[in-house]
Amino acid sequence: MTRTMWDSSVGKKTVMAVSGLIMLAYLVVHMLGNLKIFFGSDEFNDYAHWLRTLGEPFLHYEWALWIIRVVLVAAVVAHATSAYQLSRRDIRARPTKYVHKKPRASYATRTMRWGGIILGLFIVWHILDLTTGTVHPDGFQTGHPYQNVIDTFSTWYGNVIYIVAMLALGLHVRHGFWSAAQTLGVGSRARDRALKVTANVLALVLTVGFVSVPVAVMTGVVS
Amino acid sequence: MKLTLRVWRQKNADADGAMSTYEVDGISADMSFLEMLDTLNEELILKGEDPVAFDHDCREGICGACSLVINGDAHGPERTTTCQLHMRSFEDGDTIDIEPWRASAFPVVKDLVVDRSAFDRIIQAGGYITAPTGAAPEAHATPVPKPDADFAFEHAECIGCGACVAACPNGAAMLFTSAKINHLNVLPQGAPERETRVLDMVGQMDEEGFGGCTLTGECATACPKGIPLVSITSMNKEWLRATRTSGKR
Ligand code: HEM
Ligand code: SF4
Ligand code: FES
Repeated sequence: MTRTMWDSSVGKKTVMAVSGLIMLAYLVVHMLGNLKIFFGSDEFNDYAHWLRTLGEPFLHYEWALWIIRVVLVAAVVAHATSAYQLSRRDIRARPTKYVHKKPRASYATRTMRWGGIILGLFIVWHILDLTTGTVHPDGFQTGHPYQNVIDTFSTWYGNVIYIVAMLALGLHVRHGFWSAAQTLGVGSRARDRALKVTANVLALVLTVGFVSVPVAVMTGVVS
Repeated sequence: MKLTLRVWRQKNADADGAMSTYEVDGISADMSFLEMLDTLNEELILKGEDPVAFDHDCREGICGACSLVINGDAHGPERTTTCQLHMRSFEDGDTIDIEPWRASAFPVVKDLVVDRSAFDRIIQAGGYITAPTGAAPEAHATPVPKPDADFAFEHAECIGCGACVAACPNGAAMLFTSAKINHLNVLPQGAPERETRVLDMVGQMDEEGFGGCTLTGECATACPKGIPLVSITSMNKEWLRATRTSGKR
């Protein structure tokens, strides 16, 4: 009996780990890029423009950006599909709960599924808000990301959605990064501490970095 | 000591079950948990009632037959098998909840007895070595480095009790399967089937309807033999290696 990657629970988990790490790598770069907002509108807008000219003249205008978008969409779809299928299998495997209940695993571990759903919804909202402008509060201006960001974080719900999602992200990465190492077979007793510390640092830096932007807009540091 | 027991009673695999309450008195702190249940059963038999069915065999912590989720913990509050758990771990007057292992791959047969033959089928899928039979070979003929021997021995300690499955929120058999795979895959005797073993045993594990791993770690906390969580990491590594090298994807 042989199994392909996608047929096996261990294989699906591998897909989840690899796609998760691709998204994680992107988020670190994305967060660092966002911090440019603290250097004013020109620098932030120039940076956004540079993202579109990245890879020129070898690549055409916006090609690099589109390549990144395709990879990310593939990662999100692969991640969410395997998460859904594995979760279904897990729930089926344990249909009867114990009468004597005990609170168990850490908060980050228990919230992977709900946190993942929050992140999935957030990704959709975020793209409709700041990429396409569909749900943007005031007139969305293509090519003026600085103003668009300020507009989003001038609404209470913009701040709430964003900050809740970033807290969910921190928890997801905290358990996810360490888990991915185990799934990919690179964890070991000797490396366990280092992996857990790295997971916590990544989670903290990402959350604080991302949340610093709405906080700066709310407090008037960026306007 | 005097105790109140709330025990899962279920006539057979198809019947609905429920918790039933019993009082037991005259329990000594030196009794094992199973002896305490024997006391209850003697009383039930004298009263003409159906005794509580539960699994047990060696009663010395080596066979893996005993089970029971006690107050929500597989094998109860101490890190040992239920047969090696003693009543001194409880207080006089306690109420103790006793339930069977819960997993769809371990269906209840009666009361606290579950069918664990899914584990046997995982072993049949690859938990063995192909060795020529005959006289015992000379022990030094196949040298095994000390760290490998220790690693194999640590995993060989698994008694196949299924507490890992019972404790896992996903009803996963990853810890058991990893212990069996790691035990043989690290040894030269297990090398000829190194790839097929991990692919086939993980395949059978999925087939039996066990859940997947979410790295919750409940299994390793419950394991009476201290099989560590990284055992699963080692198995994942073996699985990825086998999918890469066996050309049988
Ligand atoms: C579409 C939205 C998302 C959903 C539905 C989702 C869901 C999940 C679920 C259910 C798990 C498994 C938890 C477990 O097995 O314990 C998981 C693991 C993981 N997630 Fe996500 N997630 C999403 C977004 C993200 C994002 C944006 C990242 C990037 C940081 C990420 C990184 C990870 C990592 C690294 C893992 C660990 C994989 C492993 O256990 O091997 N996820 N995700
Ligand atoms: S890994 Fe531990 S808990 Fe699981 S079957 Fe083996 S001995 Fe029992
Ligand atoms: S009865 Fe054999 S291990 Fe408990």
